Amino acid sequence: MTQRLHELRRSLLVSLWFMLLTFPIMVIRVNTITGTIRWRWSNLALIGIGSFVISVVWRYAMQRKTGEVRATGVFAQVGARVGAGAEKVRTVLDSPKVRVRLVSGLLAAAVAYPFLTSMYHTNIMITALTYVVLGLGLNIIIGLGGMLHIGYAAFYAIGAYSYALLNMYFGINFWLALPIGAALAGLFSLLIGLPTLRLRGDYLAIVTLAFAEITRLVLQNWQQVTGGAAGIPNIPRPQLFGMTMRLHQTTTFVYFIMLAVVILTIFVVHRLENSRIGRQWVAMKEDYIACQAMGVSIAKAKLTALGIGAVWGGLVGVIFAARTTFINPASFTVWESVIILSTVVLGGMGSIPGVFVGALVLMLLPEYLRPFAQYRMLIFGALLVTMMVFRPGGFIKKRRKAYTITEAEKQSVIEAGAEADEDTEE
Amino acid sequence: MVLDVQKLTMDFGGLRAVDHVDLHIQHGEIVALIGPNGAGKTTFFNCVTGMYKPTGGEIKAGRPEAEIQSIKGLKPHIITKHGLARTFQNIRLFPEMTVLENVMIGRDCRLKSGIIGAIFRDPRTRAEEAQVVKDSLLILDKIGLAQWANEAAMNLPYGAQRRLEIARALATEPFLLLLDEPAAGMNPHETRQLVELIRRLRDEENLSIFLIEHDMSLVMNLSERIYVMDYGKLIASGKPEEVKKDPVVIKAYLGEDVSA
Repeated sequence: MTQRLHELRRSLLVSLWFMLLTFPIMVIRVNTITGTIRWRWSNLALIGIGSFVISVVWRYAMQRKTGEVRATGVFAQVGARVGAGAEKVRTVLDSPKVRVRLVSGLLAAAVAYPFLTSMYHTNIMITALTYVVLGLGLNIIIGLGGMLHIGYAAFYAIGAYSYALLNMYFGINFWLALPIGAALAGLFSLLIGLPTLRLRGDYLAIVTLAFAEITRLVLQNWQQVTGGAAGIPNIPRPQLFGMTMRLHQTTTFVYFIMLAVVILTIFVVHRLENSRIGRQWVAMKEDYIACQAMGVSIAKAKLTALGIGAVWGGLVGVIFAARTTFINPASFTVWESVIILSTVVLGGMGSIPGVFVGALVLMLLPEYLRPFAQYRMLIFGALLVTMMVFRPGGFIKKRRKAYTITEAEKQSVIEAGAEADEDTEE
Repeated sequence: MVLDVQKLTMDFGGLRAVDHVDLHIQHGEIVALIGPNGAGKTTFFNCVTGMYKPTGGEIKAGRPEAEIQSIKGLKPHIITKHGLARTFQNIRLFPEMTVLENVMIGRDCRLKSGIIGAIFRDPRTRAEEAQVVKDSLLILDKIGLAQWANEAAMNLPYGAQRRLEIARALATEPFLLLLDEPAAGMNPHETRQLVELIRRLRDEENLSIFLIEHDMSLVMNLSERIYVMDYGKLIASGKPEEVKKDPVVIKAYLGEDVSA
């Protein structure tokens, strides 16, 4: 009981402090024309009550997190129900049959989506899917390889500009530009990776950040070639066997291209994750020194992660250029890199479903929060902070598909080994 | 001879951590490197395994059946592939990977499959992956860790973690195993098991063993030859009983008597 009182007193202090801090801006209003002061005391009361309530809730949540306080009564029951439910969902999801059903259901919904909704919603979904691919690409570098890369938008820009420029100067079409843009992004990633092989952590982050800014500035200032800040207009939309399509048909078409790219990305990332390369990446992330001492070439592992990770940025960059038909350097600022990074961190580093959900949430939420446009960034920020405090692993924490073997398999291998030994001894 | 080090020197700025050290290991030997804290033992190890680039001298190593060749200044992963595998003074496992996966990383330098194989999972890649699992499991069984194969490495008891480091090193198919304080932090029972394990590995796996150790009973009991370092210099070498009586060694460990 005394502890509760103590907590309440702390919250009260917090609210008093906030009232004091916001007093000059929220309460006093000076009218310079009439030379009068209006005291808006109601604001003070609102801030006091608001900060007190938020403080109490926050403190309680923090204590729950560290396990100092256990829920009682109704809360405990609800909490237990939710916990049991989550556990049940998890076990159900683990069965392959359910998974197949779930994935095919998702797929069917995804295919039907553009026909059931308006072009506006399809467009939003295309953007969201774009960020899913960007997130998955960056996830290879950060989540698997453990390299903090905060210049991923550069690859997005390289992809977009390679299509726009190649089309403008050489008339190369969308389908040809797709692999070229991807390859160029990968190449640039390797070029920036080679001299920075020795860098790790914050230092690599700084270099990649600079790389992204340099890329943007080059695009912005190389007037003669890139059109500078004015950008490149009239980029042709993707074609399908020379058919002429109306705008909404093209949108649907781009949606399906995007969907195919998402599926391809998930497939490839999943395969890589559970292979020799993926193992090297994880080992490199977990212990850099032990990894090279065990015979893994760090340089090779790093460069493959950087290269393969960047390819996806280039790929969707091409699609972005074809979709919007106009690009300029303003689309590829540091803010863009930060958003992509947030999808990975918020969704769950290294987890494919996590990044998928993270990208959808981060893209769709602001879009549908438009009615509250003024508070959009506020809600966004609050969500990020809350997530990082209470679920640092992201929405869906990575669960490594560890190499597990059954007891029977183990026995058979060991026995076979023993027999082989006897054979050689005889 | 499997390892031949001549006049190895390592400078860090103005500090000479290893000073013209000569050392050699014959095939099948168990050799220990001892010395007070800060004598330069681990630095010496790091030079041999490629973690540091030595300032001077020569390091040659090779499989007993082949010619020995210079490995000085090569990258660590190339030296490992050449056949020298090491463990670390402070355990450096991959904590969140399973015990089996830890050993599979050790096998990595003997694998061939690449990115294309990983994406398309052709029969060769699949066969290789299956083989890696099998090989790694056999190694775990040999070291007595098979029951923990699916466990995350960080969940193992301390002694088992130390043994897992050895298993992982063994997976790289070395001819020389370099153990940096393998018994550090172990209780007497675990240490006895370790001695047995090292002897068994030497006999059954056709290995030579080079270890740094502070546990004197283990060193005297296990090693066939001992090198003693102090302040970066080699101050003595020879059989355990000779080294034990060497006044220079005793002085290095216990300090000089003031009245003498």
